[in-house]
Amino acid sequence: MGIGHTQEQNMLKDMVAPFLAENAPVKHMRNLRDADDKIGFSRGLWKQFAELGLTGILIPETEGGLGLGHVEAGIVLEQIGRNLTPSPFLATAVAGAQALKNASAEMRGNWYPKIVSGDAIIGLAIDESSKHRPQAVELIAERMGNGFRLNGSKQFVLHGHIADLLLVSARTSGATDEEAGISLFAIARDTKGIEVQTDRLVDSQISARISFENVELNGDAVIGDIDGGWSPLQRLLNAGRIGAAAEMIGVGGGAMDITFEYLKTRKQFDHFIGEFQALQHRAAHLYGEMEGARAIVLKAQHLLDDDDSRAELFVAAAKAKAGLAANLAVREGVQMHGGVGMTDEFDIGLYMKRDRALAEFFGDINFQANRVALLNGY
Amino acid sequence: MTNLETFRTETRAWLEANCPKEMRSSSNSEQDFCWGGRKWVFTCPAQKQWLEVMAAKGWTVPDWPVAYGGGGLSSEETKILKQEMFKLGCRSPLNSFGIWMLGPALLKFGTEEQKKHYLPQIARGEIRWCQGYSEPGAGSDLVSLQTFGADMGDHWLVNGQKVWTSYADQADWIFCLVRTDKNDKYRGISFLLFDMETKGVTTKPIKLISGSSPFCETFFDDVKVPKHQIVGELNRGWDVAKYLLGHEREMISGGGLGDGLASLGAAHEGVLAQEPILRAQMAMFDIESMTFRAHSEKFLDEWKSGKAHPAYSNLMKYIGTELNKKRHELIMAVGGSDALEWESEASNQGSKPRSWLRTKANSIEGGTSEVMLNVVAKRILEMPGA
Repeated sequence: MGIGHTQEQNMLKDMVAPFLAENAPVKHMRNLRDADDKIGFSRGLWKQFAELGLTGILIPETEGGLGLGHVEAGIVLEQIGRNLTPSPFLATAVAGAQALKNASAEMRGNWYPKIVSGDAIIGLAIDESSKHRPQAVELIAERMGNGFRLNGSKQFVLHGHIADLLLVSARTSGATDEEAGISLFAIARDTKGIEVQTDRLVDSQISARISFENVELNGDAVIGDIDGGWSPLQRLLNAGRIGAAAEMIGVGGGAMDITFEYLKTRKQFDHFIGEFQALQHRAAHLYGEMEGARAIVLKAQHLLDDDDSRAELFVAAAKAKAGLAANLAVREGVQMHGGVGMTDEFDIGLYMKRDRALAEFFGDINFQANRVALLNGY
Repeated sequence: MTNLETFRTETRAWLEANCPKEMRSSSNSEQDFCWGGRKWVFTCPAQKQWLEVMAAKGWTVPDWPVAYGGGGLSSEETKILKQEMFKLGCRSPLNSFGIWMLGPALLKFGTEEQKKHYLPQIARGEIRWCQGYSEPGAGSDLVSLQTFGADMGDHWLVNGQKVWTSYADQADWIFCLVRTDKNDKYRGISFLLFDMETKGVTTKPIKLISGSSPFCETFFDDVKVPKHQIVGELNRGWDVAKYLLGHEREMISGGGLGDGLASLGAAHEGVLAQEPILRAQMAMFDIESMTFRAHSEKFLDEWKSGKAHPAYSNLMKYIGTELNKKRHELIMAVGGSDALEWESEASNQGSKPRSWLRTKANSIEGGTSEVMLNVVAKRILEMPGA
């Protein structure tokens, strides 16, 4: 078996690519931004995702989903990235749905149908500081009889202001930086004691800072084991990391394509600027970086789908490489566009903004590189 | 069990029974590889035995047809054989420009007689080949080559000079680009084969910054080459050369793989614990190295199924050679002053600095990085201009 796409996977791409290009091109994102939309994405478009089954892409067929894997989710995310489509797909249908695989049958029965129908949005309340450090959990969940009482705060929760369900990492025992003693909770956002403050981000997405003040929960709100939340959290984060990497392949690829098109049409000194070797070499180098990134993202998706023991290492490397390549694509993109690259009218700057936000999701290049070193034993 | 699973089981059993223990350790230097040929001196009996059993099975060239000394394996079977050899730590039984470069060109352009004559000799490691391409005035601009073959009826009379001829002093035969028409730059070159013992051929090793001499200057002074020793059509040698360069680039790009799958950082945990910036650089290198492995795997799948762009090996050559140079820079950095030793028992006679210097040629030989980027920009990205 190679690591290229199968015929079925190509069919998925052939469905999703024209669907998004038609219904949610960059213009769609601009319209939402310019209308100062308060939701952060189009609910109508999300319903269309549900009609195509994409909302349940990772959810098992026996539970109403498509039962597909990270390779397929990545195909959708690449197109989302390419079109800069604002969408809850990554947080809800990929990372969130994946985390719920560790949940009780009752919890899954409660949330999976709503996710599949497009009626439930998930907010991932993981980070507590400006840099991703998932083991640094200070939000406290104290035992209260059969249940828990939560106090603390989270930030960088995309769609947190309109999410129906929050997945929250909380400390039930142990010290701040320990992996043991973390528990993962599923909490309805309208639970008493939850306060949400929204921020619009550089890429026009809406993110939330959420405070938890004496939020009382039943014992059945825990996903997986009490004190053993690190395992479902890793599952969530690995899905999120490889998903964000796939979206960056789309962002970087989209930025690269419009830049190459510009090199072939813009004339200066009576020549297409793409004739100049100074730009040709940089273009060829960029292409190689994007191709490599695409390959390792595919490789990591396959390993994750196969439950391979190397998956974690490859996911970290793939998120880092996708970040490096996409960042090069948007920087070269703006530079090669020259002055117009600095204008809001041209799309290239929007790609740069989106890339900056994706770089931080689930840990940036430096975080992932450190993980690669640790997982390799140094 | 499927046929492929059966093949895997049988292959593993055969390798376990037939690969000598001495041939299952990783190789430390170029001397550990067997290059074959009339002048070859086996470093140990196991090296000879390993070559002979593999050649008898056709597995020095597993995917060539059986009729030409190959194993007749499908691409899937060839992949399995390589995987099983890797798992057991088996060395390649034979390194050879004949296998990597000339063989594929003969399979595509050679006459039936040429295939039957030359290919089995290559497969058995009997004849060692060298490549006569570059000239003092024709490096990156290879098509400007001047070595001339005058038509003398039943033979060509070849005069000129080649440079950077790998192992010319140890090779038995040469495949050589020779100008046969001075009026047409591209369609005036022919691809000739001849014995290095032919009267008029002399070689002179070039000493490199690494201290070794893997390359030679090669001189031709009234060398007679019979007419039947041409591959492809007269004056169309450039087509053969281009095809063969694709294979060479594919081969050199493999250099970035280093010694297989290991993390470079993992081998230097102690030093890296004290060197946070170097540790960070090592982590970034490990990411690039994992990326290149995944990229190579994807490329080879696409290459074999005919889906890869024909110029894609140029991209892999560029990435692989630049990566290998970076790898050796880091080996030197992590080695510190120990890695400066040029002549000493402890440092294996300076293998680290010599290898480091040797890798600087990776991005020059077989087409410079700059030429590779030109090709990628023009042929794959279809950038405008000449």
